[in-house]
Amino acid sequence: MTADANGLSLMRVSAERDRCVGSGQCALLSPEVFDQDADGLVTLLSEEPAEELREQVAQAADLCPSRSIRVHD
Amino acid sequence: MTQSADAVAGTEAPPVRFPLRRTCPFAEPPEYAGLRADAPVSRAALKVNGKPAWLVTRHEHVRQVLGDSRVSSNLKLPGYPHQFHIPEELLAQVRLMMLNMDPPEHTAHRRMLIPEFTARRVRELRPRIQQIVDEHVDAMLAAGGPVDLVTALALPVPSLVICELLGVPYEDHARFEEWSAALMNHDLSPQEYGAAVQALDTYLDQLVTLKENEPGDDLISRFLEKNRTEQVADHTDVVTMARLMLVGGHETTANMIALGVLALLEHPEQMAELRADPALLPNAVEELLRVFSISDAGTARVAVADIEVGDVTIRAGEGILALNNAADHDESVFPDPDTLDIHRKEARSHLAFGYGVHQCIGANLARAELEAVYGTLLRRVPGLRLAAPVEELRFKDDAMVYGVYELPVTW
Repeated sequence: MTADANGLSLMRVSAERDRCVGSGQCALLSPEVFDQDADGLVTLLSEEPAEELREQVAQAADLCPSRSIRVHD
Repeated sequence: MTQSADAVAGTEAPPVRFPLRRTCPFAEPPEYAGLRADAPVSRAALKVNGKPAWLVTRHEHVRQVLGDSRVSSNLKLPGYPHQFHIPEELLAQVRLMMLNMDPPEHTAHRRMLIPEFTARRVRELRPRIQQIVDEHVDAMLAAGGPVDLVTALALPVPSLVICELLGVPYEDHARFEEWSAALMNHDLSPQEYGAAVQALDTYLDQLVTLKENEPGDDLISRFLEKNRTEQVADHTDVVTMARLMLVGGHETTANMIALGVLALLEHPEQMAELRADPALLPNAVEELLRVFSISDAGTARVAVADIEVGDVTIRAGEGILALNNAADHDESVFPDPDTLDIHRKEARSHLAFGYGVHQCIGANLARAELEAVYGTLLRRVPGLRLAAPVEELRFKDDAMVYGVYELPVTW
């Protein structure tokens, strides 16, 4: 687990473009963190999103049909 | 003969015969709850031919099966659980649709189409979808009630949307609806089924040839353009892809439009809440998708290696039906699953669009259409009500995709 200067845990997100099937659920659920590139595949807008986005990022990871999104604490 | 085939043929308790019927349009088939509790991965015999298949009924297991690369969607493999009769000779020569391909072939085909259905593209289509919905609601209001909502709105809206996307002339729509319905009908003879496939393919063949010669601003033309460099598909593959987009893009959404409206009419308090607060609409759409899970058995698979699902080993070559309607009524994920609740916070976890690499590519387009139709009816037709007793409605109990044949409404 990583922590910032205030001792708060940071969330790190990764997305595997090669696995992505372009469902676009992540881009709908968490548009500040995920987008779809010109090919419609996942692209990350933020690798360390703000803590208040944790719930939507976790939901995007859970609902991803190709399990392309991982949240690392 | 395999062990599972013997068991189905034989000596133990008679197996479940699949498909099972919904006895209430708002609930799953009554046997599913017992299966989830006592035999979440269980053997069944297919009604169409008596052959064995595994029924998978828990949410967790359905996701597991549909996300497993050792499970194939190829309907030509022995053991694939067909639910309607396809003559052997037709099966041998049929070109695989994308939903029956496996990676890496599937990946190449799907990637040609993904840009057509991104969140952004669907957002751009919303104004045109709204226009189409408004035109049909205008016509409905002008004609006066009672009308059949299926023919007035539910079928023409998605049909027009997908046809515009593909570049199919609207004047050909009536024929498409007929063929599409035929392809979803369990009761057709092999000859009738074959004739419907043939008629649709002949038409689409001509359409693709037209796009090859005179490209337009449409999905088929863009697919052909990309294919010039990618070389993923031949002419027949493009025709097959066009058929999948058409059939998948309109009957399913049409059924959800009619069923969703019916469900809201039968839950007037929730309908009033939605009318008062349209921001509730997206979650209501998810909940309606969950409750009906109209393409319950659309996720047929065959194992290509031995896999463990729960306490069961499914052997290579055995057929699997990963039932999304059963998964979407799994009480461990959706408490009080038979109750429609537009506020349900976990509604979006439904598997009505499937899961895994084959999850419906048009899911976000369908969501946009459903929001537009439900939202417009709520806003513009506040007095909407059924014009026939709900007991008299005829539901598509024997079709591959659940729905209601007619929905008489007035206002």
